[in-house]
Amino acid sequence: MEAPNAVNSAMSQSYKHGFVTSIPSDTIPAGLDEGVIRLLSAKKREPEFMLEWRMAAYRHWQGMKEPHWSSVRYPSIDYQNISYYSSPFANDQAPIALKDVDPKLLATYERLGIPLSERLSLAGVAVDAVFDSVSVATTHKKRLAQLGIVFCSMSEAVREHSALVRRYLGSVVPPGDNFFAALNAAVFSDGTFCYIPPGVHCPMELSTYFRINAAETGQFERTLIIADQNSFVSYLEGCTAPQRDRHQLHAAVVELIAMEGAEISYSTVQNWYPGDAEGRGGIYNFVTKRGECRGDRSRISWTQVETGSAITWKYPSVVLRGEGAFGRFHSVALTNHHQQADTGTKMIHIGKNTHSTILSKGISAGHGNNAYRGLVKVLAGASGARNHSQCDSLLLGQECSAHTYPYIEVKNQSSKVEHEATTSRISEEQLFYCQQRGLSREQAVSLIVNGFCQEVLRELPMEFSVEARKLLEVNLEGSVG
Amino acid sequence: MNILEIKNLHVSVLNKPILRGLDLSLKEGEVHAIMGPNGSGKSTLANILVGRGDYHMTAGAILYHGEDLLVRTPEERARAGIFLAFQNPVEIPGVNNVQLLKEAFNAHRKYGQLPEMDAMSFRTYLQDRTKQLGLSDDWLFRPINVGFSGGEKKRNELLQMLVLEPQLAILDEIDSGLDIDALTDVANGVNALRHHRRSMLLITHYPRLLEQVHPDKVHVLIGGRLVATGGMELAVRLEEQGYGWLSEVAA
Ligand SMILES: Nc1ncnc2c1ncn2[C@@H]1O[C@H](COP(=O)(O)OP(=O)(O)O)[C@@H](O)[C@H]1O
Ligand SMILES: [Mg+2]
Repeated sequence: MEAPNAVNSAMSQSYKHGFVTSIPSDTIPAGLDEGVIRLLSAKKREPEFMLEWRMAAYRHWQGMKEPHWSSVRYPSIDYQNISYYSSPFANDQAPIALKDVDPKLLATYERLGIPLSERLSLAGVAVDAVFDSVSVATTHKKRLAQLGIVFCSMSEAVREHSALVRRYLGSVVPPGDNFFAALNAAVFSDGTFCYIPPGVHCPMELSTYFRINAAETGQFERTLIIADQNSFVSYLEGCTAPQRDRHQLHAAVVELIAMEGAEISYSTVQNWYPGDAEGRGGIYNFVTKRGECRGDRSRISWTQVETGSAITWKYPSVVLRGEGAFGRFHSVALTNHHQQADTGTKMIHIGKNTHSTILSKGISAGHGNNAYRGLVKVLAGASGARNHSQCDSLLLGQECSAHTYPYIEVKNQSSKVEHEATTSRISEEQLFYCQQRGLSREQAVSLIVNGFCQEVLRELPMEFSVEARKLLEVNLEGSVG
Repeated sequence: MNILEIKNLHVSVLNKPILRGLDLSLKEGEVHAIMGPNGSGKSTLANILVGRGDYHMTAGAILYHGEDLLVRTPEERARAGIFLAFQNPVEIPGVNNVQLLKEAFNAHRKYGQLPEMDAMSFRTYLQDRTKQLGLSDDWLFRPINVGFSGGEKKRNELLQMLVLEPQLAILDEIDSGLDIDALTDVANGVNALRHHRRSMLLITHYPRLLEQVHPDKVHVLIGGRLVATGGMELAVRLEEQGYGWLSEVAA
């Protein structure tokens, strides 16, 4: 299988997705109040229940405070200065057929390496492309529909599959869960919805590609994936944004639900614009991702490669409710220049004999600040629960930092929780050794970094793993003298 | 044709003069041994040749194939055929031998304007060489030098050399810390690498290795200068009498 190429393979130097598509857009003026939410909901022709849900979330959000417990630092965000909706289509009417999509939009995705026409796109991957607030096109829908799989934009799901949406939306990340999740629940614009019926092994990788284009807009997408009993799905998420010198907010919510015997594998290669070498601009990536292993023997794994964003603040988590459920978090997070990342996971063991593994690889270069924050919680009923966590940090240079904050709460004596952590620094001696064998310093760093995170990169589908290696290389540029 | 020509070389490390007027010419295909007591500047000579930081030439000249060597970066020197088997090879956790060898080999090919070797052929190419050194296949998948014994590290250096096929190989105490059997293995490795197009500098302070390798010339480095040059008989005399009798010459 070949690439959905979340990020193009011809990747050469520095941030290459920083271009802007000049396209007319239907954008709601900056500002947030109940009127804006009504307007947004009306534009999306949403059923009444959705508007009510949003309103409840909005009222809840108004009473909440922006959290500042993490290690990331940023100037306060003016929520009235953000536009909560921007669409390349008038009245949210995405064209029915690909031939009706503005060629400029198709060209944007071509340039990003994601051909949306099904003839061009490669067989093994179905793509949902989100441009600012709206889903542009979902490919391979028909073929999936024959298997009973629903794979469409969230907006469409709200209208066409409202029973499923009502049943599952917010059931893993409730609207009031946290400040950014509440904001998302109030104003979420689009995202991907996916339902795999019982017993179906989804025959292709499902994938969403997020693109922020308009200036001064936030992107608040919402993804909901349900794998019904004994089904399987592998899902990939990729993201880019234009290079702008103002910060842009991205506050997404992703909910995964795995029923009895089902398995969801969710991979992210995050390459939002990281800002320039001095720390100007870049995306604030404040994301709530959570999966629930609702049924017995269900499995959820998160694999992430985080190379972009000025600030990354996310903790893809798994609630292990079903007996014998399995959760996994494998992560590579790179911070260079002035990037900050506070990322990790939560594994909540509720069911008996639930297992989880955590493997976190943090790489800091330049003035980057990289924090791993992880919670392993074993509730009283979770007899025989097991967790193994391994957190490794790799430092390049003297100005960067890495921190590990493992939190462990165990209420069941028969459970077993292990945590290991290491920190190492790429030494001048190692670089010189590689140089003496003919490698440039950049090649040497890239070899060592790839070696450091290969256990995680291996988990990614082949083409994403190639992407990820290239991204690491590009984002490490300028990290050695 | 001299592959390497060193004239009146003065080198300081952190402002401390170490080499003080060293002259040496090495012809294509020749093997020279450099002997000398600890701290005499043998590794300093190796390090200045491969461009290690902190080592500065304060006077003199080094010509490689008749051209100024010191203007080139360490990796350019490597690609141009200079190889150093390190006295103390560093560990690189997470990166296995194949990965480094592949990158290094391709960097050399690219420099020589040759296409990359395909994965299958490269695998065979590597296996031929591990076999030649009597190394097991899983050797290639071990992280570089991690947890290797002294002897294993030396053999790994020889493997890299066998793969990269340098024109000038500098072996810095490839024989130190080895028992007799390991020493014989390493000597066989070195002999296998002898080639009429390949020159070698064997740095050692024991004559044991030289008895099995038979260098073309033996030099003695004391106090930053070559104080004696001869053949095997010089190495034998050092074995019997030590360096003491040469110290007066050096002073
Ligand atoms: N990196 C270094 N920093 C400080 N002193 C050094 C360094 N390298 C070598 N020296 C000094 O230079 C002298 C020669 O060392 P070296 O070339 O390693 O000798 P040899 O290899 O003959 O034992 C010694 O006095 C040693 O202490
Ligand atoms: Mg030495």
